[in-house]
Amino acid sequence: MSEAVSALQGAVSEGFARVKETGLRGMITLRCDLASGALAKALKAVLGAKVPGQRRIVDGAGGRVAWMSPDELLILCAHDRAQAMVGELAAALGREHALVVNVSDARAVFAVSGTGAREVLAKLAPVDLSDEAFQPGEIRRTRLAQVPAAFWINQDGRFEIVCFRSVAQYVFDILKVSAEPGGEIGVLT
Amino acid sequence: MLILECPYCGVTAEETELHAEGEAHLKRFGPGSDDAAFEGYLFMRENPKGVHFERWRHSNGCGKFFHAARCTMTLQVFGTYPAQTLEPPQDIRDRISAVYPGWRWRDFA
Repeated sequence: MSEAVSALQGAVSEGFARVKETGLRGMITLRCDLASGALAKALKAVLGAKVPGQRRIVDGAGGRVAWMSPDELLILCAHDRAQAMVGELAAALGREHALVVNVSDARAVFAVSGTGAREVLAKLAPVDLSDEAFQPGEIRRTRLAQVPAAFWINQDGRFEIVCFRSVAQYVFDILKVSAEPGGEIGVLT
Repeated sequence: MLILECPYCGVTAEETELHAEGEAHLKRFGPGSDDAAFEGYLFMRENPKGVHFERWRHSNGCGKFFHAARCTMTLQVFGTYPAQTLEPPQDIRDRISAVYPGWRWRDFA
């Protein structure tokens, strides 16, 4: 197989917050009835994770599981594990009506870190990003300027953003402009 | 700015995160129906000043279609509800009746 390359190959921009394309990440789309027992068992067996509730992202030993819609999950794992994990999940789901697809190379992942990280995103997305409203453990699908994206915040205050690979350069550029020195608003920390 | 709550993901989404998808509760007339019914299904839409039922899609979000009941004149939102239904739920009708007693919209009242 050809060598896998991430969309922007680890591009970095230093502003009042740091924007970084995080490189290769394994991503699996899983669609099925989220209430099904077979799904809960499969996630526990393969990832050691629970089925996330509405708009939640949960951790497991083998990766993270994010709630995307009432019938869709996104699993994040190591890039080289993704293809094998698709097979393991499909096998574990057995005859359950489900769809498991490796979408790793269809997406790009960015990280925004630093004191103004919340502001960088608040300028681009119609989301309340105040400390009280947006906390670790939540994933928010929304738009960043003109393109759809999803993001969550980690315990250390670092945001991770997932978007389609085809708009990776666009998303990097808007994050970079949003984080430019002099653009601090100073309301969100 | 119109703000609607997506009944599937519980997000209070503003207009730019959503896409308007036209009138709600259309009854489909396909092959075998007479010309007048088919024309009505294809072209005839409500254009009320007041209570209106619309379809919306959470396009920059969970991607699901849902219904919204709102007033086109005051932009008051009476509520949103899942699209897997043939008529507006009673609690939303009651909320509309509280503001507009005697309202009518197609066959609903």
